[in-house]
Amino acid sequence: MSPAKVAAGSNPLRDHRDKRLPRIAGPCSLVLFGVTGDLARKKLLPAIYDLANRGLLPPGFSLIGFARRDWADQDFGKIVYQSVRERARTAFREEVWRSLAEGIRFVPGSFDDEPAFDLLAATVRELDEQRGTGGNHAFYLSIPPSFFATVCEQLERSGLSTPADGSWRRVVIEKPFGHDLASARELNAIVEKVFPADAVFRIDHYLGKETVQNLLALRFANQMFEPVWNANFVDHVQITMAEDIGIGGRAGYYDGIGAARDVIQNHLLQLLALTAMEEPVSFGAEGLRLEKEKVLSAVRVPDDLARCTARGQYAAGWQGGEEVLGYLQEQGVAEDSRTETYAAVRLDLDTRRWAGVPFYLRTGKRLGKRVTEIAVVFKRAPHLPFAHTATEELGQNAVVIRVQPDEGVTLRFGAKVPGAQMEVRDVTMDFGYGRSFTESSPEAYERLILDVLLGEPPLFPRHEEVELSWEILDPIERFWERKGAAPEQYPSGGWGPSGADDLMRRDGREWRLP
Amino acid sequence: MIVDLPSTTTAAVSARLVRLRSETGSMALSRVLTLIVVVDDEDAEAAIDVANTATRQHPSRILVVVLGSKRGAARLDGQIRVGGDAGASEVVVLRLCGALASHGRAVVTPLLLADSPIVAWWPVEGPRTPSEDPIGVMAQRRVTDAARSPTAHRTVLRRLAEGYANGDTDLAWSRVTLWRGLLAAALDQPPYEPVTAATVVAAQDSPSGELLAGWLAARLRCPVSLARSRNRSGIISVRLERSSGTVDLVRPHDGNTATLTQPGHPVRTIALAHRSDAECLADELRRLDPDEVYEEALTVGLKKVSISKLSASQAIRAGRAPSVAESERTARRLRRAARASGSSAMVEAMPMPPKADDAAQVKEASARRLSEAKERQG
Repeated sequence: MSPAKVAAGSNPLRDHRDKRLPRIAGPCSLVLFGVTGDLARKKLLPAIYDLANRGLLPPGFSLIGFARRDWADQDFGKIVYQSVRERARTAFREEVWRSLAEGIRFVPGSFDDEPAFDLLAATVRELDEQRGTGGNHAFYLSIPPSFFATVCEQLERSGLSTPADGSWRRVVIEKPFGHDLASARELNAIVEKVFPADAVFRIDHYLGKETVQNLLALRFANQMFEPVWNANFVDHVQITMAEDIGIGGRAGYYDGIGAARDVIQNHLLQLLALTAMEEPVSFGAEGLRLEKEKVLSAVRVPDDLARCTARGQYAAGWQGGEEVLGYLQEQGVAEDSRTETYAAVRLDLDTRRWAGVPFYLRTGKRLGKRVTEIAVVFKRAPHLPFAHTATEELGQNAVVIRVQPDEGVTLRFGAKVPGAQMEVRDVTMDFGYGRSFTESSPEAYERLILDVLLGEPPLFPRHEEVELSWEILDPIERFWERKGAAPEQYPSGGWGPSGADDLMRRDGREWRLP
Repeated sequence: MIVDLPSTTTAAVSARLVRLRSETGSMALSRVLTLIVVVDDEDAEAAIDVANTATRQHPSRILVVVLGSKRGAARLDGQIRVGGDAGASEVVVLRLCGALASHGRAVVTPLLLADSPIVAWWPVEGPRTPSEDPIGVMAQRRVTDAARSPTAHRTVLRRLAEGYANGDTDLAWSRVTLWRGLLAAALDQPPYEPVTAATVVAAQDSPSGELLAGWLAARLRCPVSLARSRNRSGIISVRLERSSGTVDLVRPHDGNTATLTQPGHPVRTIALAHRSDAECLADELRRLDPDEVYEEALTVGLKKVSISKLSASQAIRAGRAPSVAESERTARRLRRAARASGSSAMVEAMPMPPKADDAAQVKEASARRLSEAKERQG
């Protein structure tokens, strides 16, 4: 008997039936730019600890922070420690912390400083020698896009972007991927000049959420949903992402960008693509991307943009028991700013499956509560064999996929009200993620960071998708810029401007109360 | 809340349960599965604790069948725990005495959740053949624990192997998952060479060591030997031999940090904690499909493992197993070399770093550190 064969991609210790076996990343390090930012402290650093705690990071894993601070390694260690203690999802374990802390390094420097990048290159080399990171390094650019060019050039100049044989270098960038089609192309050119296309990971953290992947399971693993998932049965689809917060201190970033570019272009159009796409031939990266691109290319922007879009700005008011400022009064926002904090659009899909089914997308800040959901609303039954009075309170059936918070799925349908009279009223049936599985959902960033380190791209949007979504949004933005009136003011803590309600009313529909 | 129902019937327990649920409002919570725990009086409390922790995030109904004395009159004592005393789950303790002690199945049947999976767990002594046990027959998943069984674990493993049926699993197997993950990840990397021999060093009383060795034998199709270290030391090390050298994964017996040594790479350390029973049980509840890999390790691999006559220290001296002392030294050296390393208490005591973001100062710092790095690298 000869020993089992071992080759690249064929490991006798792995077996697709072995579902217990964790997918542990190969030897590598993560270089984090922008460690002092909110995202790093609140999400990325805790996610890295949680991965380590779940035993999914390789032995010798190292974390290098890069920022304009005169800090030593242990100062950065303190920052990591602090955010782990405050934010990590899993329990704190001394041995996990110590083993993670051994791999923590810090490189002081600004983005245009050559010696700083030489120091980074030297640090990475030392880690390869001391901790066996094997020349595999991921660069996470948690920094404003205006610095991408500088950082990418520096990475190239210092040789950091070029892997040796048998190792990899990857770059991770966060949205926004540009502010229109032209700038997205320009940004992409900058990054792809230095890193090959398959080494660029664009993070849209919504795609890492369990629910989004569950949407694929719901649609394609079940028999009962797909037959009605089309224009024969569906009346319309509403995709909502509401935030209860204002812009906070991000006026510099937000003013001039607005809700549509910030949210619709990436999150909502990705959710639309996953809701509307055909069944992919496989769930590999390529299969998914093909279908998403196909459906995005079928999106038609309505001709009459004045009637099919709405936008607004939050006005001062009371929200959740707190008095809040209006957008125009926020620090750093021009008094006559026309940037919208609420945007709603109607889109149509030119496919056989969805002909005549409008998709309504809306997003806004300072709305009633924080919620993201996809509601597929069905047509009314063609005939109701009841007295009119019996079904007065019956609405349309709906499947609602709750992306956050309280991830899950709600079904809405009619049921008889108990009593002697025949009366049908809407009821809901609820599936909650947290209540049905013996495992709590990992944070989106855990999944995404692990996928970057494993080099598995299915959940990351490709550049073509980014371009397609700008092609959808650009005409709308142009229209708002040229002909649109100033954004309508809407009271904080409500559900947006009356113009958005009018948009729905014109079609004889109304927004769901999420 | 704890409600005692001495000398009762299952119908009364069931009715009381429904009433409690509606009174406390826990009605709205869906329950994921029924976990049946079969245990003796003296181990019952510890088992309930583990089951509660394992099902914490996801409420289950836990039916604890406590086997009392078989002598005397048949009698059923019930106890219901909900709310604070049961975490997220609801616990029903059923103490069976007299002739009833042999009819656990009749007692739990009316209390099973409708249309949800059933998991049976024997925290201490399991049946000879779990799938033929009256309670085991009902369950989709049957969890035994060879390490806790009063019978010698080799006998237990042999019986489990002979009577294996889909859905059987053992906590001794869940305890080695992290080890398996690290070994598999090591073979994912080049050089891609077949493993020609493997040696596992594990405690005399550790069925986990045997299952790990069995898994390696079944998967790698190479000679696998098992050397024995002293009792209660768990799994100490695994060595995989390949033509370019050995892959050594070592965890000193009281440590939580392992070292991984491979030719051409510096020694790497990783946290590798002993897993608690609750974690392992939660793992078992996560998947309810047959575990074919466990089956293979238990029924095929285990027979091929040669039990070495060498003790752990003899195996190390003979060059068959990696040195534990050296692994400990390396781990300490790496820890000292890392400046950011430190216990949480040390980091806790440090002040938050100042916001030293003056451009010139930062520039100077990076230039200084660069020249230091160049010196280090010569």
